[in-house]
Amino acid sequence: MSLITTLARLEAVDSGRAQPLATVRHRHLTDRPLVLVPLTTAGEAGAPLGALVGTDREAPRLLAVAQPRDRDLRFAFLAELAEAVLPHIESYADVVEPAERNETDPATGKKTKVEVELCTDAGQLIVPSRAGVEFVRLLGRSMRFRRTAEDDPDTPYPAPARVPLLGRWLTHYGERARVPGSSLLLTATDLLNRHWATGQSSLEDQHLGALLSWIDPPAGSSGAEAALRAELARDGEGQLLCPPAGPATDPDFDNRLLAPAIERYDRARTALASAEDGLAADARLGELSGAEREIRSLLARVMLPTWDAVWRGLDLLRELPEGSRAEDRWTRDRWSFTAHRDRVRSGEPPQPRRDDAVTAAQKLASRETAQAQLEAQEALDDPLVLAGRRLAGEAFLGTVTDVEMTYTESKRPSPRPLVTVRTDERPHLGERTKVYRSLEGKPQTAEFVRAEEEPDQDGDVLLVLRILDRMGRGKEPAPGSVPEPGDRIAWTLFEHDQRGGPKLPDPEETPWTHGGPPGADAATRAEQPDPVTPEDLL
Amino acid sequence: MDKGVLATALGSPAPFGQSQFAFMRGNAFEAKVKADGGAELLRLLYERLGGSSPAPGPDVATPDLSAAGPEGRAARTALALREATAAGGWALLDHPMLALEVAGSPAYLEPDAVVVHPDGRWTVVEIKSFPMIDSSADASKVGAAARQAAVYVLALERVAAVTERAEVGQRVLLVCPKDFSNLPTASVVDVRKQRAVTRRQLTRLTRIEDIAAGLPEGTTFDPACPSEELDAAVAAVPPAYAPECLAACELAFHCRAKSRAEGAVEALGRSVRGELGGLTTVAGVLAAAAGKEGDPADPTVAALRRAAALRAEALESAAVLRADAGEAASVAGAGTPEGAAACR
Repeated sequence: MSLITTLARLEAVDSGRAQPLATVRHRHLTDRPLVLVPLTTAGEAGAPLGALVGTDREAPRLLAVAQPRDRDLRFAFLAELAEAVLPHIESYADVVEPAERNETDPATGKKTKVEVELCTDAGQLIVPSRAGVEFVRLLGRSMRFRRTAEDDPDTPYPAPARVPLLGRWLTHYGERARVPGSSLLLTATDLLNRHWATGQSSLEDQHLGALLSWIDPPAGSSGAEAALRAELARDGEGQLLCPPAGPATDPDFDNRLLAPAIERYDRARTALASAEDGLAADARLGELSGAEREIRSLLARVMLPTWDAVWRGLDLLRELPEGSRAEDRWTRDRWSFTAHRDRVRSGEPPQPRRDDAVTAAQKLASRETAQAQLEAQEALDDPLVLAGRRLAGEAFLGTVTDVEMTYTESKRPSPRPLVTVRTDERPHLGERTKVYRSLEGKPQTAEFVRAEEEPDQDGDVLLVLRILDRMGRGKEPAPGSVPEPGDRIAWTLFEHDQRGGPKLPDPEETPWTHGGPPGADAATRAEQPDPVTPEDLL
Repeated sequence: MDKGVLATALGSPAPFGQSQFAFMRGNAFEAKVKADGGAELLRLLYERLGGSSPAPGPDVATPDLSAAGPEGRAARTALALREATAAGGWALLDHPMLALEVAGSPAYLEPDAVVVHPDGRWTVVEIKSFPMIDSSADASKVGAAARQAAVYVLALERVAAVTERAEVGQRVLLVCPKDFSNLPTASVVDVRKQRAVTRRQLTRLTRIEDIAAGLPEGTTFDPACPSEELDAAVAAVPPAYAPECLAACELAFHCRAKSRAEGAVEALGRSVRGELGGLTTVAGVLAAAAGKEGDPADPTVAALRRAAALRAEALESAAVLRADAGEAASVAGAGTPEGAAACR
């Protein structure tokens, strides 16, 4: 946490309201995000309890598992989830625009432009909290290796038809969420925390209800009071007024309400199975569906506050104008979405359990690039973020006082104007340090030449910079490409665009230091479904 | 002393509890792992930590450890450990009881299991119900399990010190469900580091008698006392609240309320305190940032003022930008009908 963020938090403590950390919205929000509020059974790895899902805040779709230990009911839940999520994703898969991509011709090794399809938009998924993202990954992992009856008629417990496909998509979304600045799968808490500083610690900020209480406290109440209520207040039955945003449930809810309801359901089911005639069976079926309805309404009761909170958070975020470079990052998300669509369509196997060394290295490298790019873009989009970088000496704002034309001493002299800038900031400049400014959205490079020795009485110093590029090909710089006296310009010491590192070898060329080339059995092993036992959950 | 009851009496009840689903699952998994005299558990252990010893056969000793009271059980456990080590075979101790001195008073610990190897090595076994998916488990949960096991290792070492040819393994066996099944799988966790850390912390703990000696005469934590008295009693033991306490201590919400009321900056996180140097209260920091207090020569104060100025400037420029944008939009809106008319 930088000092400027700490200061914002302290201001929030003092004022009783969250303080802005950004003046624009740094993540793209689509017009129709799909919100998913999942719940899981405590202590079980792959046993979802229920979910609210949908794109319409007024009409969430409620999915519930009456007995989480029953494999058939879990499969029914996953099939229903697939029916809720996949049509949303697929509605974006066919709306495409032509785009170009650089590809290396394997025969000649030359780079060529290839015409490809790019989805004009992508399905966006929003979950309440970081634990929700982990749960999406877990669901993806649990589903993508399942076999349906169509894949393999002999499989002991076939999964419903679209479940493995949902697993692959959720895995992709979960993986993409690890790329800094990506917006395919977002969490409400991270989104809000990026844009506001509350008067509590970042640990407490993971509580969606408390976080919203700080950002938008109810009338007549301070953020701290409202947050405390969100954390602790319970109703007459001892249930939290603001249930945890999931996927974990409150133990008191499990013990006092859910466990008895599940027990009633189990009893009703046993009774139905032992019914001896049609009349008794009808009555017991009624009991069973009553018990199921009760569980559904219990789950709806603890998920609805979270559902509303996520949408309220989205409302608050939409009040901020979107940062101009967020669109650029969303385009990368669209590329990622399109690439996965193509992999699914071309019949590639599901993502392996573990990445091979080359893929893992590539992912790490691309995430590092994305992180650096995100930091640069946020600073360029947002004066408040830039202020943090200026405080750290990584950027400075200055007024141009003088421009002197000089030229290179080659046969065809190129312009190298010397620009003198007055600033009261103290950036970390060394000799020939490169600095950058944004010129019509593109970075222009300059290098630091010298500084005037003594600051004047206002604490201002004069810095001399030499402009190096983006002035056109002629002897005279293109109009508008050289700063003019009086211009107030933000210079950064960090690059605006990140170049990727050196190319990594093909998987077949993996060096021995990284485990060597994958063996012949690697491909077949990755595809094996998880072995299933008669009772794969307790 | 029950801190949970005390917290309730103070008006800030602890929000902890365990779901019966998790509890049942944990117990069922442990029972499955230890079924058949621990055959599956010993197979996993032998596979990963067997060394050069012969494989455990059906003759593994499973001594009965029941006795009256924790002291009795701890003594029974020590005896069983000694006998098993002397016998020179495999032995599985199910839920042994160990004693460890914490801040001058004995604490009793109950590991899931301890296995005695034929070569006299003792291995702590932790059985957890969180899954190991594709051979990796949640790092924070594994860390917690390792810290817990390290305490058991320390307690076992006290017994081993008085037992001939006994040695406590610094590598413990963590048993978890494999992927999404209930089949057990195991992983060896090296707890040398956690053991060293715990040991150091235990030696540094202030002894309970010393804390008690520092309290005013007649201080009581009896939850039946009026809450003001309790409040004063709790305040007599100076807390060091940080947000991490919320996950561990029943009194954390009480301490947090006190810390916030004092305006302590630690309530926002330990790192915040580090950043702010000698300034410890919210009001003090804000006054320094606003230029009302503090020595401008102090680097923290100077940095704070600079941060405050930069933040204010950025917010102002954004407000101006937005106002401009709003104006431009309204002008454009007003201009449209005329423009449209001109078009016609």
